[in-house]
Amino acid sequence: MASSLIGSRVERKEDKKFLTGKGRYTADINLANQTYAYFVRSPHARATISKVDISKASNAPGVVKILTGDDLAKDKIGGLIAGWKIVSQDGTDMKCPPHPPLANNTVNFVGDHVAIVIAETLDQAKDAAEKVRVDYKVLKAVVNTGDAMNSKPIHDGIDKNLCYDFLLGDKGKTDEAFSNADKVVKLDLVNNRLIPNAMEPRAAIGDYNPSSEELTLYTASQNPHLSRLILSAFNAVHPEHKFRVVAPDVGGGFGSKINAYAEDVVVAWASKKIERPVKWVAERTESFLSDNHGRDHLTHVELALKNDGKITGIKVETIANLGAYALVFATVTPTYLYAPLLIGPYDIPAACCNVKTVYTNTAPTDAYRGAGRPEATYVVERIVTEAAKEIGMDQAEFRKKNFINKFPHQQCLVHNIDSGDYNAHLDKALELSDYKNFENRRSQSSAKGKLRGIGFSTYLEACGIAPSAVVMSIGAGVGLWESAEIRFNATGNVSVFTGAHSHGQSHDTTFAQIVGEKLGVPIENIDIIHGDTDKGPFGMGTYGSRSLAVGGTAIVKACDKIIEKGRKVAAKMLEAKPEEVEFKDGEFIVKNSNKKKTIGEIAFACYLPGTYGDIKSPLPEGVEPGLVETSFFDPSNFSFPSGTHICEVEVDQDTGETKVVKYTVVDDFGTIINPLVVEGQVHGGVAQGIGQALYENAHYDESGQLITASYMDYTMPRADNFPEFKLGFTSTPATSNPLGAKGCGEAGTIAAPPAVMNAVIDAIGEDISMPATSEKVCNALQKNKKNKEAA
Amino acid sequence: MKGFNFHSVKNVKEAKKLASGKSAFLAGGMTTIPAMKLRLALYSDIIDIKNIKDLSGIKVSSKSLRIGATTKHAEVASSKEVKRAISSLAHLADGIGDPQVRNRGTIGGSIANNDPAADYPSACLALNAIIHTSDRKIGADKFFKGMFETALKKGELIQTVEFQVPDKSCYVKFPNPASRYAIVGVYVAKYKKEVNVAVTGVESVVFRCKKIESALKSNFSSSALDSVKISSSGFNSDIHASSDYRAHLIKVLAKKAVAGCK
Ligand SMILES: Cc1cc2nc3c(=O)[nH]c(=O)nc-3n(C[C@H](O)[C@H](O)[C@H](O)COP(=O)(O)OP(=O)(O)OC[C@H]3O[C@@H](n4cnc5c(N)ncnc54)[C@H](O)[C@@H]3O)c2cc1C
Repeated sequence: MASSLIGSRVERKEDKKFLTGKGRYTADINLANQTYAYFVRSPHARATISKVDISKASNAPGVVKILTGDDLAKDKIGGLIAGWKIVSQDGTDMKCPPHPPLANNTVNFVGDHVAIVIAETLDQAKDAAEKVRVDYKVLKAVVNTGDAMNSKPIHDGIDKNLCYDFLLGDKGKTDEAFSNADKVVKLDLVNNRLIPNAMEPRAAIGDYNPSSEELTLYTASQNPHLSRLILSAFNAVHPEHKFRVVAPDVGGGFGSKINAYAEDVVVAWASKKIERPVKWVAERTESFLSDNHGRDHLTHVELALKNDGKITGIKVETIANLGAYALVFATVTPTYLYAPLLIGPYDIPAACCNVKTVYTNTAPTDAYRGAGRPEATYVVERIVTEAAKEIGMDQAEFRKKNFINKFPHQQCLVHNIDSGDYNAHLDKALELSDYKNFENRRSQSSAKGKLRGIGFSTYLEACGIAPSAVVMSIGAGVGLWESAEIRFNATGNVSVFTGAHSHGQSHDTTFAQIVGEKLGVPIENIDIIHGDTDKGPFGMGTYGSRSLAVGGTAIVKACDKIIEKGRKVAAKMLEAKPEEVEFKDGEFIVKNSNKKKTIGEIAFACYLPGTYGDIKSPLPEGVEPGLVETSFFDPSNFSFPSGTHICEVEVDQDTGETKVVKYTVVDDFGTIINPLVVEGQVHGGVAQGIGQALYENAHYDESGQLITASYMDYTMPRADNFPEFKLGFTSTPATSNPLGAKGCGEAGTIAAPPAVMNAVIDAIGEDISMPATSEKVCNALQKNKKNKEAA
Repeated sequence: MKGFNFHSVKNVKEAKKLASGKSAFLAGGMTTIPAMKLRLALYSDIIDIKNIKDLSGIKVSSKSLRIGATTKHAEVASSKEVKRAISSLAHLADGIGDPQVRNRGTIGGSIANNDPAADYPSACLALNAIIHTSDRKIGADKFFKGMFETALKKGELIQTVEFQVPDKSCYVKFPNPASRYAIVGVYVAKYKKEVNVAVTGVESVVFRCKKIESALKSNFSSSALDSVKISSSGFNSDIHASSDYRAHLIKVLAKKAVAGCK
C-alpha cells in the first residue's frame, strides 16, 4: 500500500472544498464589529502632494477614521522594503527610494496609496473617499523602460533613475570568445510587462485585540511568516510575538502575494488605532493597478559561434524596469535569478551579463511566476534558435551539439548543475510531437490558407531556493530554508505543519502523500496545515518552485525523527534493542520475528507513558513523552529542472490571428510525487506562458495611465485559446534533496514564451515582439510581402 | 453599489409610469449592474422588466422574424426558428460574450445600450430591422444615433425587434481578444433588390458601408471587393487595433462574410 503513494495520481484532497465553493478566503472572513476600508489612490503617475484635506470626508456619514501619510509618519511606521541588496559593478550599493505605505508628499504611479478611509460600510467608505481632497501638482512621468536613464530622476538623489548597474561574468574572457568567433548572432528583445492576475484579488483584515494586545492580520499571502517578520521588523507595526498573520485559503499568487503590501501594513496599523477590525478587499481594477507587475525588460544579446555550430560565448545587456519602488524580491529577480540562467542547458565556456534596473512611474514589478528564469530563457532560446537558423542547422541538432552532457557541471557563471539528461527530454519531445512529419502538417495548413510554424524551447532553470549561506552572501536579507513539524495525535492521526503555503500548488495532497509514504499512515489521517503563524513553526513560504524540494524535504526529515523516536519506544515495548527494530509500512518490527507495533500504537504510548489497566507503555529512560518532531531544512544547492517544449502555431494570413495548434512538453522534474498535480502545474504554467507570448500586455500610455486596467483590455487567455497539451516526463533525480525533487511550478511559464515566439517567427519569417497580437503579425506579414516583392 | 429602489413590474404601462430621468430598466443587467458597481452609473430606481409577459419570445413569418426585447442571447442562439429563418442571427447571438452573459443578456438591452462594439446593432442595420417600442416603431437606420446613444426617449421601452428575412446573410466578427466584443463585425445581408453591409466596432456607432454595398450590388462575390479601398479616417484606434488595421479587417471580413452567405 504505502510504497505506491509516491508517483501515484492521488486526487486532490483540497478539491472538495474548492469545487463546492466552500473555500474560505480572506474576503469570506467577517469579524464582529468590523469596519470597511477603501484606499484613496493617486490618479496621477507622478505628482507632488501639497495637502491632503480630509475635513469634509471625515464628517461624511459612517466614517470611523481617515488616515494619511502624516499619521503614519507620526506613528513611526516604517516603509516597504527591498529584501535583497544588489551591489553595482563599481562597488556601490543599490539605490532605493523611500516607500511609505501611504504617500508622503509624492506619488509615483497610478494607484499609489494616499489615504485609507475607514467606515461602517464599504459604500460609506467609498462615498467619503470621494470627498478626500488631495492637492496634486502633476509632474511629467517617466513611463518607458528605455527612456528612464535619459530622464530626470523621479526620486531625489537617484541619478539616471538607476537602482544599480550589475555585472555578472568574466567580461574579458567573453570578449575574447567573441573576437575568436566565426560568427556572431545578435538580437534585440522585449520582455513584455505582465500583470499576475491571481483569481482571488488581494485582501487584508487587521484585527487588534486591546485586551491581549495581540494583533492579527488576515491576508492573501504566499508567506505569512515572512510578512509578519517584515511588518514587525521593518514596518514596526507590532512586535512579532504578539502578532499573528493568517493566510487562509489563497486563490493563486504567482509571486504577486509575496510582498507585504502597503494595504497589509495600513489595515494592521489602523486596526490598532481604532481598536476595531479593518477589512479591505481589492476590486479587480485595484489589483491591476497595485499588485506587483512582472517582467518588463529590454535586452540586447549576442552569441558567439564556431562554424561547426559550437557556441563559445554569450553576452547580454538588459534594462529592467522596477517600476516606482523596489519591492521584496524585485532587485534579485533581474539579477541573480536571471543572469546565471542565460547560459541555458548549454555548455558555454564564457558568459557575461550587465543588468541596469531603472525606476519609472509605473506599478512596481517583482517576482512573477518564474521570476528571472522566463526572462533568461526567452533570451537564450530566441538567440539559440536564431543561431541555428543562421548557421543552417536543424534546431534539435544544434541544441544537442551544445547541451551539457556530463554532470555535475560547473557553469561559467554561478550554478553547479548536479544532474540532468537533456538529450533524453529533447528526443522524447521530438517523438511525442511527431517532429519528423512537421513539413506535412505545414503543407496541410498552407492548403487551408494558413501559415504554420514550429518553435523549440529547451530550458534549464534553477529552483528549490535556496542554500541560505549562498543567497545571503549575494545580498538576501533572509535565509531560504524551510520548516516542518509533525505532530502525532494520541489517536494516531497526524497533523503536519509546513512553512510552505499552498495557494494552488496542492500541498494538502502532495505533502500528505510524502508523510503517508514515510510513516505508513493513510492520507485521510494526515492533515497538512499552513498559513497561520500561530500554528506551525516559522516558514519561508511558497515561491520559486521551492515547496517540495525544500519544504517537502523538511517534512521527510521530521518524519525520520519521528521514526527514530518511535523505534526507541517500540524497542522498549517489544523488549528488543532499538537496532533490532525495523520500520516498514507503518509498523515497527523486531527483525526475524513476528513481534511488532503499529506507529499508531507507538503514538498512543508516547502520550500515555505508563501502565494503567491494559495500557502498558512505559517509555524508555530519557525519552520524552509526546510524538512531535520539528525539522528545518536548508538545501545544499539549487535544483535544476529542465525540459523541451515544442510549439506549433497557425497564422491566418489575412487577419494575422495566431493560434497555438499543437503543444508538446517533456519535462525533467526529477522525482514526481503526484503526476496529476504536476500535470496541472504544467498546464497552468504553459497557459500563462502562451498568454505572455500571444495575449497579455500591461500597457501604460505616455502619461502613465494604465490602459489595461480591466479584463476589457487586458487579454487573459481563455481555455479556447489553447489546444490540448501533450505532456511527457523524463527523470534524473536531484541530488540536493533526499526526495530527488526538482520543482515544477514555474517551468511552463519559463519555457513557453520562446517556444511560441520561435514558432510565430518561423511561420511569418519576420522578427516580432511579444505579445504577437493579430495586428502586429498582420503588419509583419505585409512587411515580409513587401520585402519579398522588392527582392 | 449605492442604494436604489427596486421595482419588479408586470406590464409595460407600469414600467413606463415608474420611469424617470434617474431610473433604468433592468433586463439582463449585464451592462447596468457592472456600471452601477463601478459607480459609473447611479440610479434612484431600477425597474425590472423581465417579468413582463409577451416581452420575451420569438415569432417567425415568411417575411419577418420578431424577437421580444427580453429574449436572451442564448435563446436566440439555440432557436430552431431563428436558425431556419436567419441562421446568421443565431450565429451572432452565439458569439456574444460568454455563456454567463448569453444566459442573461437580452436583445433589447443590447440595442438600447448601443455599445459601439456590440454585435446586435449590425444585425438590426443589415436586416432592415424595425424596433417596436412602447410608443412607436423606429427603423434601425434611425435608431442608432451615436456612442451609447439611441432614438429612445426617456421611459420608452423596446418591446420587439422585427427583422426582415433576407435571401441570404452572414455575420463575421473579429473579436477583441480581451473583451470578446467586436473589434470589427461585418454583417452582410442580401435581399432581392439590395445588399446591406453593416459594420460594428469601427466607429462611434454602427454604420453601413456603402462602398462595399455598391460593389456587391453589381457582383455579389468576394472578388468584387478586391478593388474596394476602405479609408481608415475617422475609425476607432486603440491598443487592440489601429484605425488602419480596422480598415483592413473590414475588407477581409466582408469577403469572408460574402463567401459564407447562406
Ligand atoms: C463579459 C461581457 C461580455 C460581453 N460581450 C459582448 C459581446 O461580445 N457582444 C455584444 O454585443 N455584447 C456583449 N456584452 C453585452 C451584453 O450583450 C449585454 O447583454 C447587453 O449589452 C445588455 O443587455 P442586458 O439585457 O444585460 O441589459 P441591461 O444591462 O439590463 O440594460 C442595459 C441598458 O439597456 C436598457 N434597457 C434594457 N432593456 C430595455 C428595453 N427593453 N427597452 C429600453 N431600454 C432597455 C437599460 O435601461 C440599460 O440602460 C457583454 C457583456 C459582458 C458583461
